[in-house]
Amino acid sequence: MQVPILRHGDYLIASIQSALTDSDLLALRQSLVQQVGSARARAVIVDVTALDVLDSFASRTVQDLAQMIRLRGAETIVVGVQPEVAFSMAQLGVRLEGVETRLDLEEALAYLAGKRAPGKRTREG
Amino acid sequence: MEPPCGAADSPSSVGVLDNEATIEIASSGDILPARQKGRELARHVGFSSAEATLIATVISELVRNIVLYAKRGQIIVRRAESAGRPGIVVVARDDGPGIPDVRQALCVGFSTSGSLGLGLPGAKRLMDEFEIVSEVGIGTTVTVKKWTAGLTCSSGV
Amino acid sequence: MYDEPILAGIPAVVDSRPGTEMLRELVTHLRQNRTPVRGEWIRRITEADWLTAMTSEEVFAEATSIYDSYVDVLETGSVEALQAYARNLSERIIPRGVETHEVVGIVLLLRDVLARSLFKKYQTDFSLLNRVLDIYEPAANRIANTVAVGFVQERERIIREQQEAIRELSTPVLPVRERLLILPIIGVIDPQRARQLTEQLLHGIRRNRAKVVVIDITGVPTIDSKVANHLVLTVEAARLLGATVIVTGLSPEIAQTLVNIGVDLSKMNTVGDLQGGIEGAERLLGYEVVPIKEANVQAATHG
Repeated sequence: MQVPILRHGDYLIASIQSALTDSDLLALRQSLVQQVGSARARAVIVDVTALDVLDSFASRTVQDLAQMIRLRGAETIVVGVQPEVAFSMAQLGVRLEGVETRLDLEEALAYLAGKRAPGKRTREG
Repeated sequence: MEPPCGAADSPSSVGVLDNEATIEIASSGDILPARQKGRELARHVGFSSAEATLIATVISELVRNIVLYAKRGQIIVRRAESAGRPGIVVVARDDGPGIPDVRQALCVGFSTSGSLGLGLPGAKRLMDEFEIVSEVGIGTTVTVKKWTAGLTCSSGV
Repeated sequence: MYDEPILAGIPAVVDSRPGTEMLRELVTHLRQNRTPVRGEWIRRITEADWLTAMTSEEVFAEATSIYDSYVDVLETGSVEALQAYARNLSERIIPRGVETHEVVGIVLLLRDVLARSLFKKYQTDFSLLNRVLDIYEPAANRIANTVAVGFVQERERIIREQQEAIRELSTPVLPVRERLLILPIIGVIDPQRARQLTEQLLHGIRRNRAKVVVIDITGVPTIDSKVANHLVLTVEAARLLGATVIVTGLSPEIAQTLVNIGVDLSKMNTVGDLQGGIEGAERLLGYEVVPIKEANVQAATHG
């Protein structure tokens, strides 16, 4: 099960389409690490919207990925964690340390853009 | 009296075979089918989608333990009933090396394989009942149960 | 060969037909006598003042369905159809205000009325009557049990749904301004309510695309360690959805509970009161709070 990895400027976006086996996950990790190097990407966005379970192996793999690409100066953002999956993960004690998490792709891109050019909004109070 | 086969909120119709499933575990490739089966049965019993996700996640961890330590084993998921409430029983069985110190294995963060060691304590936390029998050289059997919510007394607004 | 009782000169006849044949005869009898037996049954229901919530046409229609299902189950021994019917019936009559004692009552009445009909038919042969009752009674009791339990379970399901709905109403997740959710919690939280709150919150974050959530627990007097753990869990789950949680209104007691269970309060965003929490949230969202006069000046210069 190949996960499509798209390039979006300086970013790589991996969009998971369905449940992944352990070997799929490892293959994805390897692929992303490789491509971060070759594409000189600054960030990897992993979209897990389609995953109905995120267990300890999946979280370990993502954390390992984050560590590995940090060495290449890139950061990892996970998007699309389903509310129920988030709840299970929190209950099980499965963390995503060293990984930024955002609601969806739009948010992840806004976050990355914000890092490059921070701005401010005002409201009357 | 025999308990009725279908839960009142069950979306699908019932057959005797739908109330139990056994999945042989021989490799990590068996993780997905095991937890998918668990999720299906959980929904069939009447658990909400969120609860079914919890159960599927626990099954994933239990199967992982089997693959990691025992190499082979079995997962049995079964509908059950207690005090009129339907629920699910998951049995994770293997003929592996066994766990020498079960109490230690139930400590969060403890692991002999370099993993995060979340399987057993997590399963204990997420399910309503947890039981483990393990003998060195013989094998390990973990039994977990979860019941659909019964009526509760509302406390406060 | 056993001793036959001789009833006042009436010779005892030994009936050695197999059970299945007898069952068929019994079922045929009940079907053939449906009209008078059903009529007797309805008469007794009315006498007992039951099913007053239904019109007499409705009672007649349901009585017919129940009668037929009853006899079917006697014949086939299969309760699934009856269970389905019982659930269906319950779904329809519970909202009409039909009570448990009425449902149990009418099923027991039917059992009695059918039994009497059998007594009448086999009254000349005591041992045959006994054999018929041996077949009839366990089946009839199982039917009564099934219908009653089905009704009660349906009631419980409805009550559960209502409780869930009430809980949801009592703790709304409020989208206050863009990307900001407020969850005011009032009263004592039990584990089930806590679970429901978290689920509502997480779904709310997704639905409203919230980036900051303010959970206000000013109105919560105490929480036990289970619920405190749950609060920590909720904060973590919210983070996975890209939302930051600010907890406001922590009483000293609750703060102590959190510390006791090992929560690092410095890691948890806590602010004294709700107003402070909202301001903190707005800062996180990139809003700057500016007095109105100054805002007008700014607007004028920037056009």
